[in-house]
Amino acid sequence: MKVAVIQFPGSNCDLDIFHVLRNVLHVETNLVWHKNFNGTDYDSAVLPGGFSYGDYLRAGIIAAHSPAMKHIKEMAKEGKPIVGICNGFQILIESGLLPGALLRNQGTAFICKWVKIRNETSNTPFTKTIRKGAILDIPIAHAEGRYVNEHDGIRELNENEQIVFRYVDNQGKTSENSNPNGSMDSIAGICSLERNILGLMPHPERASETILSPFSGSDGLRILSSLAQI
Amino acid sequence: MALEFCPHLLKSEAPTLNLTKSLKVNLTSEELAEARRRLGREPNETELGMIDIMWSEHCSYKSSRQALRTLPKTGKRVVVGPGYDSGVVDIDDGDVIAFKIESHNHPSAIEPYNGAATGIGGIIRDILCMNCRPIALLDSLRFGNLESGNSKWLFQNVVRGIADYGNCTGIPTVAGEIEFDKSFEPNCLVNVACIGHGKAKDLVLGRMDRPRDIIVLVGGATGRDGIHGVTFASRVISEESELDRPAVQIGDPFTKKLVIEATLEALRTRKVTAVKDLGGGGLTCALSEMSNKGGKGVEIKLDAIHVREEDMTPYELLLSESQERMLFTVDPEGQDEVLQVLDKWNLPYSVIGRVTDTEHLIAKYMDKVIVDVPSKLLTNSPLARRTAKKPKAESNAQTPRFTNPLNLSDTILEMLSDPNVATKEAVYRQYDHEVGARTVLKPGDADAAVLRIMGTVKAIAVKVDCNSSYCYLDPYKGHAAAVSEAARNVVATGAQPIAVTDCCNFGNPEKPEVYWQFKEAIRGIAYMLKGLKIPCVGGNVSFYNEDEKSGRSIKPTTTIVMLGLIERLSLITSMAFKRAGESIVLVGKTFSELGGSQYHRLIGFEGGKVPNLIISRERASIRTTIEAIRSGYVTAAHDCSKGGLAISLSEMAIKGNLGLTIDLKAVPHLQSMKAYEILFSESSARFILTSPESQTPKLLALARRLGAPAAKIGKVSASDYKITMGKERLAECSVKHMREVWQKTIPQAFEMN
Repeated sequence: MKVAVIQFPGSNCDLDIFHVLRNVLHVETNLVWHKNFNGTDYDSAVLPGGFSYGDYLRAGIIAAHSPAMKHIKEMAKEGKPIVGICNGFQILIESGLLPGALLRNQGTAFICKWVKIRNETSNTPFTKTIRKGAILDIPIAHAEGRYVNEHDGIRELNENEQIVFRYVDNQGKTSENSNPNGSMDSIAGICSLERNILGLMPHPERASETILSPFSGSDGLRILSSLAQI
Repeated sequence: MALEFCPHLLKSEAPTLNLTKSLKVNLTSEELAEARRRLGREPNETELGMIDIMWSEHCSYKSSRQALRTLPKTGKRVVVGPGYDSGVVDIDDGDVIAFKIESHNHPSAIEPYNGAATGIGGIIRDILCMNCRPIALLDSLRFGNLESGNSKWLFQNVVRGIADYGNCTGIPTVAGEIEFDKSFEPNCLVNVACIGHGKAKDLVLGRMDRPRDIIVLVGGATGRDGIHGVTFASRVISEESELDRPAVQIGDPFTKKLVIEATLEALRTRKVTAVKDLGGGGLTCALSEMSNKGGKGVEIKLDAIHVREEDMTPYELLLSESQERMLFTVDPEGQDEVLQVLDKWNLPYSVIGRVTDTEHLIAKYMDKVIVDVPSKLLTNSPLARRTAKKPKAESNAQTPRFTNPLNLSDTILEMLSDPNVATKEAVYRQYDHEVGARTVLKPGDADAAVLRIMGTVKAIAVKVDCNSSYCYLDPYKGHAAAVSEAARNVVATGAQPIAVTDCCNFGNPEKPEVYWQFKEAIRGIAYMLKGLKIPCVGGNVSFYNEDEKSGRSIKPTTTIVMLGLIERLSLITSMAFKRAGESIVLVGKTFSELGGSQYHRLIGFEGGKVPNLIISRERASIRTTIEAIRSGYVTAAHDCSKGGLAISLSEMAIKGNLGLTIDLKAVPHLQSMKAYEILFSESSARFILTSPESQTPKLLALARRLGAPAAKIGKVSASDYKITMGKERLAECSVKHMREVWQKTIPQAFEMN
């Protein structure tokens, strides 16, 4: 298993995910500059969080036109697992690899806080070891994370079991209060129809070591460890 | 006295020189005479502008540097002390921490969003210059009262500026403090600190040591923005300051992120011999300081600079303060390697000249020498002679004895809703405080933020602090208190305080009363630093923070950034109560000391004596707390300061979602004190600790052994907050209600009018 963490100008969670994959999960991982990326060298790729190209024009849209994304699309076609976290999720959406859009948070401000998300499906390579309905503690940190889609789009995501994570309260229920950014249907993360592309706004790499968790947990690792097992 | 530019002075021969109006300089006639004497001739227009900038208060520290020399600056952990872009401290195993704080008050008061943003930009570059990776930002803010529309506008936009800029650069904003006080209307304070981590063996210093090294200007293109920003910062704010808006630079955090990564990658080639950021004073400041530090000179070609505006004059090129620029000196043999890194990051650059051994700063334009001045002339301004005079006491020095408030519960609730006490969660939620995967104790968790050092079992604790009310009533004790509180803040997390950097914010130093405040402040800081054996490794001074209309100065405020070292991650301690039934122990004695307190603010009284500072007490309490944490006796720790026992206990209860029962009779205090005095006194040298009942006797014995008064004053309970004095019930509140009150104030300040 060999994972590439793609670095765009403005990526800023690249070193964090690299640290977790290499030092915590002991997965062979390389930091790869977006212009030097060749998908055939890797079994999986992560698009990290940050502000690629300063989020100018629209979050993720310029990176979506980087040559690296051609390789990502190739890898996706071959069924290799691809994860986009935060800005990486925005890039996946802007590249058309995942449906919908991520808009300015309801309330407009940037939000950095720990939230609870519920795993909605074990039928992805990333969540196959996580029980459906399990609740994970994980932080978010974004200003543009409000997931929206057309009515039919949301219906299809539901029908195809593509909604992977939803924001929930302490009891595991979705509610207006537990939805930090106003996402439709409390969506925190979705996967592709083929299930090998995952995009999520929360940061699993910040929830992968007990020392960093206010709950002394490492729930993020439950998602990322999938990359060690593939 | 300001002096208009005299046309009879030698004119520069620059072909594009086209000053539309006479050049205004702020030099005094004595300073101008001194400049002529040292130069041995008339400076030309460009040179005069450079001298004017470099001899401004902001660049030269001409009013402050003599006093600043009295601060202790040596110690076994000091690697780089004051005088470089940032101080550097050894944290063992080859790891070093660079840290620095700077003010961006004047720009923020005029244009809060960009003013605050570019303040962050500047301080990040100071850390980068040492070849350390910036790993955390802190900010200390002061605004007028929130009832003022202007203060609310400043507050909202400063916070937004910090969030938008800091978040994009990928450096977490981990701690800070905010005070609201009418003296900061309209002069808000924005002090920003940056912390960096690096290896001792990789450090570089911003000095030119090698003639023939190539000088490369890296980053944003040079424009006309920010010209004479530092002279603007060396004046008071007036109605005309609106006209200074163009002197505020525009921040570009994306370019800053590229500058960070490109600089660190370029330094890894080991072909970059020195780095310096371009901040106040632009190229003039960077070139003269770097060359003077190394005893070298420079020769540059101004027409080689990449610009974003046409027809810029040499004067403008040398003094522009355009953001996101760095100056590298590069080993000529490594030029290609370094430039390749810059190309990778798509960063513009220009090779503008070479280091020489002439000790002169020579700038050419179209092959003509425009500037030829000794670097030392620019960097060593004459000292400004200032006189200090103690102001007449504005208020009664004696604190009147008040009667106990009718309802102490209501008083506590009211205090919790005061903007100076209420939680700043609505602010720090807007800051990414976790990027970097180092933040162990996050904003709100403890008195200081704690960051782990990757690949080790160590962590550092950082906090910025000052209490402007104390500093106003007694600048000496108030500033000593700022140091001791900042020290207690890191100690409460389990850290040993190891170094500070400071940021002085004062009114106009030409006024003897203000200069007296400044001298007293430095005396107080030096007293406490020496007493606690903590060195000061750098600092920044901002004068002229006064409202021209009223002539009123801000309350003197020197913010102290304290760095603490935690040897093992397992020692990290937060402030939240952990379990019902645990003992609550107060370390330190409580005196009737309410001058400058929150209680006085609440009842609208300003005066009285601020808390006394006795080194032996501070040391005993600090040692007790550190030893107790290391021995595993402590489950939660909190410094007891603003709002006294009542508020510190409330915060621990709210955070832990638990209650408490306290008997004030058990608090070590003077017999004659009334209940409200014990509850709201802000006596120094105090900590509140919790410990499991089984450990409490050991904790108390330890305090006895180390000479700190300490007593068990109560217990953590499952729900309510109950305070008694013997059998008398003094205060009872639901912690849920306390939290609601504490949480609602600051979000209201973000609501649009």
